[in-house]
Order: sequence, then structure tokens, then C-alpha cells
Amino acid sequence: MENNERRVVSVIVVNEASVLSRITDLFSGRGYNITSLTVAPIPDSKYSRLTIVTSGSIRVIEQITKQLHKLIPVLRVYEHADMVEKEMALIKFPITESLSDINALCEAYNGKIVNVGENVIIAMVSDEPNRIDNFLKAIKRYNPKEIVRSGAVALER
Amino acid sequence: MQISGAQMVIEALIAEGVDTVFGYPGGAIMNVYDEIYKQDGFKHILNRHEQASIHAAEGYSKASGKVGVAMITSGPGFTNAVTGLADAYMDSIPMVVISGQVPMSLIGTDAFQEIDAVGISRSCTKHNYLVTDAKDLARVLKEAFYIARTGRPGPVHVDIPKDVTAQIAEFNYDIEIELETYKPHVKGNPRQIKKAMEAISKAKRPLFYLGGGIINANAAYEVRDLVHKTGIPAVETFMARGVLSYDDELLVGMLGMHGSYASNMAMSETDLVIGLGARFDDRVTGKLSEFAKNAGVIHVDIDPASISKLVNADYPIVGDVKNVVNDMLKHTDKVDSKSYELWRETVKNFNELHPLTFHEDSDRLKPQWVVKRVGELLGDDANISTDVGQHQMWSAQFYPFSRPRQFMSSGGLGTMGFGFPAALGVKAASPEKVSINFTGDGSILMNCQELMTAVEKKLPVINIILNNNFLGMVRQWQTLFYDKRHSETDLSVQPDFVKLAEAFGGIGYRVHTKEEFDVALKDAIEKDVVAFIEVIVHRMENVMPMVPAGGSLFNMMLLEKKGAK
Repeated sequence: MENNERRVVSVIVVNEASVLSRITDLFSGRGYNITSLTVAPIPDSKYSRLTIVTSGSIRVIEQITKQLHKLIPVLRVYEHADMVEKEMALIKFPITESLSDINALCEAYNGKIVNVGENVIIAMVSDEPNRIDNFLKAIKRYNPKEIVRSGAVALER
Repeated sequence: MQISGAQMVIEALIAEGVDTVFGYPGGAIMNVYDEIYKQDGFKHILNRHEQASIHAAEGYSKASGKVGVAMITSGPGFTNAVTGLADAYMDSIPMVVISGQVPMSLIGTDAFQEIDAVGISRSCTKHNYLVTDAKDLARVLKEAFYIARTGRPGPVHVDIPKDVTAQIAEFNYDIEIELETYKPHVKGNPRQIKKAMEAISKAKRPLFYLGGGIINANAAYEVRDLVHKTGIPAVETFMARGVLSYDDELLVGMLGMHGSYASNMAMSETDLVIGLGARFDDRVTGKLSEFAKNAGVIHVDIDPASISKLVNADYPIVGDVKNVVNDMLKHTDKVDSKSYELWRETVKNFNELHPLTFHEDSDRLKPQWVVKRVGELLGDDANISTDVGQHQMWSAQFYPFSRPRQFMSSGGLGTMGFGFPAALGVKAASPEKVSINFTGDGSILMNCQELMTAVEKKLPVINIILNNNFLGMVRQWQTLFYDKRHSETDLSVQPDFVKLAEAFGGIGYRVHTKEEFDVALKDAIEKDVVAFIEVIVHRMENVMPMVPAGGSLFNMMLLEKKGAK
């Protein structure tokens, strides 16, 4: 069997109605994976940028980029080889956990405590997706109540 | 000019040179139909089911090379049309389909005859639009026609809410299309073309693999030129029938699941596949890992996503096949046609070893004979459409096609019920030719209401029903692969096809013998009215040769030798 590799694909699309459905329909209709998907408008333009983390064999990844490019509102498709990739995560901890421990850990992953409430504290980290994985493993013993990940964004070097 | 959205639709269609629209009115599209009533720029053909309207527009487009146009209402009107959209999408037929939608204020309220039409058509069209303001209509319609006919052609769906067709706005169709994100690549890379031609000149056993894209690109005559100048044998896909004339010495035949022995063997033995506008469909390749195993691959296609999708291309060339073939023709001096003499001989021997044929039967007519006979009697004078099943394969195998756009069939989607309405479209596009629809006793019932359209609009299509009282192709698979358990394929209970045709004002014939068939066909052509010629054929005839699904092309089930048991 061919190797299923993790790949990051960026797609520049015209910012118009139903364009996101066109992309996600393509993935579901042709049986491709989406690990994460982020989308936001590109400042001062009529375009939006999607960052899709997917996986598949070389042939599948090639088909994904070609099929994406076939969609009429798609301007450009980048399949990243050499890129800077970042992801953000927000984590809610009980107030009873050690603030200083959590803060120290967060700092190691480009993060900090962003909110302290009556019962919970919320911390933020932003780093490479595999480092976020590590971070989430490391904080398990501080009993995180809720975790939200943003999905990856990437830029070609 | 300030006009209503409905008027804009009419103006746009006329500006696009549309002369025939197929459709069916209903609540949400009524404003547009009101304007159709008032105009005489194009004619409207009222089908008796929306699915038939789309197939008729497909047939019209296939026969004429123009963009087919159909118009339908919202809700069930649209959902009935979905099969047709999917069919046109699979076979890359340029179409613009306009549907009515409930008024904007009712969208999302589960209104009467509301359905998320663009949500449904997204996956079975090249592109689609929901028009939310009449001032966008000119641009949207112009883009729709442009997208439908350029690049890899396909259907474009335009959904227009009822209040938008009533809205008055400024209309100007004389605009430039600016689609920054859609720029089809039509010119092949000259260096790649040169490299491909060098590969051809070095190959010992090259083989042209001709696909339906050649017909879409109106490139059949250029391809004929290239085949003759190089002296390289050619196989055609089902969709490419008619690219080469049936009597062309270099035409090996049709390849694939029901391709000829020689074609499939040639594909298995070749050392260089020259794919032109073909997409290596599973019905063509059989088992992929065994397909043209020792061959290099040149693949010319307008759609980059078709290249190296299933079979890796050593010489990928993205471009319009007509442009590319014209460029290839500039390099034919490097190719020595004599060097393929031995290869041509080999291929010829394949054909002599197991020619494409059938055995006559003294009791009942053989379906293959019927197809062949129509070919002998009408040949180039007929356009042939088919439904889907055994009769479809026999038509592709045994009809002597001599020109592109002579054969229209549902290749990719395999839509039963395609043939009759498509034949109506074909007749509307080229009235000077006899329009024949080869069909089966299963398929014909899937759009037989079109008898009414044919009678009303005087479209004398001749439907030749090869009646074996079976859903024949499924029955064949059941016989061969399901131990003869003929589950729900016995169609012994049938209508009286003669009376059925007559009930609509058409003409019907029931035929048992060769003599009766000749008489019926001649009479039907003379009567110039829609006809059913029901031919009672051998019940258990199988389509042969056959590559079982997933098998290798060279492992064919072959026609048993005569007398063998």
C-alpha cells in the first residue's frame, strides 16, 4: 500500500456564497480526508484563504490539488513542502490547579494564561501542531476541563 | 435597457444564438415562461418529464456541438432534472440548465416546491449559480455559457428565484467575461509535444487510444490525419465511436469491457499508449495494474485532473486536443510509418483470430443482426442514440459509424431512459438525418412518455426495441456470475408496445423475421412519424467478448465457436 502522508494544502478562493461547501463537498464526494480546516478572508482583497490539513498517498494528494483547482472560484492551490505552520489551542483548567505550573508550561509553547475567572482559568498556546499535541499530553495531569484547537494555518517559506 | 429578470433570460438566450430550448413550466419559473410565450427568437420543446428535457438538450448538444439549454421549475421539477445533470457532467456535455426557485423571501422556510437546488447540483455540475439580484443575471448567464463550452465542457446550472425574474433592472449583455480564477489551458506545451513525438518515433508497437474528448473538441478530422500520417493503429473508447470511420484500415475497434479481442490485446501488447481525450475509465482499463503493463503513456487532455488520475502519464500534455494534434502533425516527419508494419500485421492477426461477430439463429432474430442491418440500410444517413444495457453495447460494436457526432449514448453515468429523449434532441438538431434510438424492453419504459413530445413537435424518432423480455445486461451478469439466479430481471410481463406507440399517435410494429424488419424500418422512415419497432430477439444472447469487472483486459470471455457446446 502507498503511504498515507500528512499534507497541508492552502487554497485561495473568491470570497463568495457557498464556496466553502464546494470545497468540503469535493472532499466528502471523492472520499478525501480533512484533518483540520481553517478559513478567513485575506485582508484588502476579494479572496479568502483556506488551510486544509489532509492525508493520503502521493496520487491522492495530487488529485486533491488538481480537483481543487478545477473548482471555478479557486484561484490558487499550494501544496506545502517547506512552510511555517502554526496552530492555536485554548484550554480551560479548574481554578484549583497550580497557576504557576500551568503558566510555565504555556510559556514553553508560546502561550500564557489569558483569562482567570471565579472557577476556571483559560490558557492559550500557539505552536506547531505536533508541539501542540505534546503540550496537550503534558497538561493532562492538571485536569483540563475543555480543549479547543484552531486547526493549522501555514505559509510557504 | 431596463427589463425584468425573465426578459433578461430570453435576451441572453437569443444573444447566445440558442435556437431550441427544452423544458417544462411550473410555478417558480412562470415569469420566464410568460416571456417565452411572447417571443419568437427560439423554439421551445415541451417534454413530458423534466428528466427528458435534460436528456433532449444533451442529445441536441451532442449532435450539434452547441450548448444545450433546458428550463425547469423549482422543487420536483429540479430534482427530476438531477439525473440529466449528472449524466451531462459525466459525459462532459456543454449545457446551461435554468431552474426557477421560490422567491428570496421564502428561501429556507420549507416553502411549497422549495429545494436547495444549488446544494444538490453542486456535485453533478461543472458550476452553478443562485442568482439573488437581477442586475447579476447578464453576467451570470454569460459566464454560464462560457464555462459550459470552454475547457472540459460540462453542465452549468443557474437557479433563479421567482422575485428575481420579476425584478426590473439594467440589462447589458455586451460585457466582457472576467473570470480571474478560471482560465482553461488550451495550448499544449510545445516541448512536451516534441518529446511525445520523439517517443512515438522510437516506439515499436505504439497505439492510439482515442476518447470522447476528440469529439467534444471537434478534432476528429485532425486525428484522422494524424493516424494516417503515422500509420499507427488506433482503438476507440465507447465515447469515441465515429472518430475514425468504421472502414478505416487503422481502426482496430472499440476496447474495454465489451471491446473487441483485437483492441484489448493490442492495448495489452502495446509499448506506447497515445491517449487523446480519453480518461482511462474503469470500463476501459479493467484491472489497472495489468493495463498496458509494459507501455509508456502519452496523455493529452484538457482536464489536468484526468492526467495521472488512474494511469501514470510519462508524457502529460494539458491542452485542447485539437490544438495539440495540430502541433503533433508538425512533427510527423520524424515518424516512419513503415517501421510499424510488423505491429500492424500483429494487430490484424488478432482480429482474424477472434473477429467481432455473432452466430445467427434459425428460430429468432439476433439483436446484433438488427444493429448491423440498420447500418447496412442507413449507414451514414442515420444518427444513432441508445439507451443503456446490452443493446447499447451491440450498437457500439456493430453499427458502422462513419463520422463524429453520429453516436449519442450515456457512457459515464449509464442512464436508462436517456436514448429516446436524446434522440428527440438529435432530431431537432439535425432533421435531415434519420434519428434512430436503439433501446431495450427495459430502458424504453423509463421515458416512453416522450412519445407525446415526438408526436406534438413532429420529431419522427424511430425507436428500435430489441425485446428479449429481460433486463438483459443484468440478466447476463446473473447468468455468468450469480449462478443463473435471475433476480427481478425477467420482464415477461410487458405492455403491448405497438398499441403503446399508437395510443400516443405514433406508429408501432412488431417484428419476428428479417423480412418483416426491413419492411417495418422502410415504412417507419416513409411515414415520418415517431415509431416503435419492437423486434423479438433471442432471449439469452450475451454481449461478447467480455472482460469481467476488475479482470485484466487480455482475459476475455469470448464468443463460443459455432457448434461448440
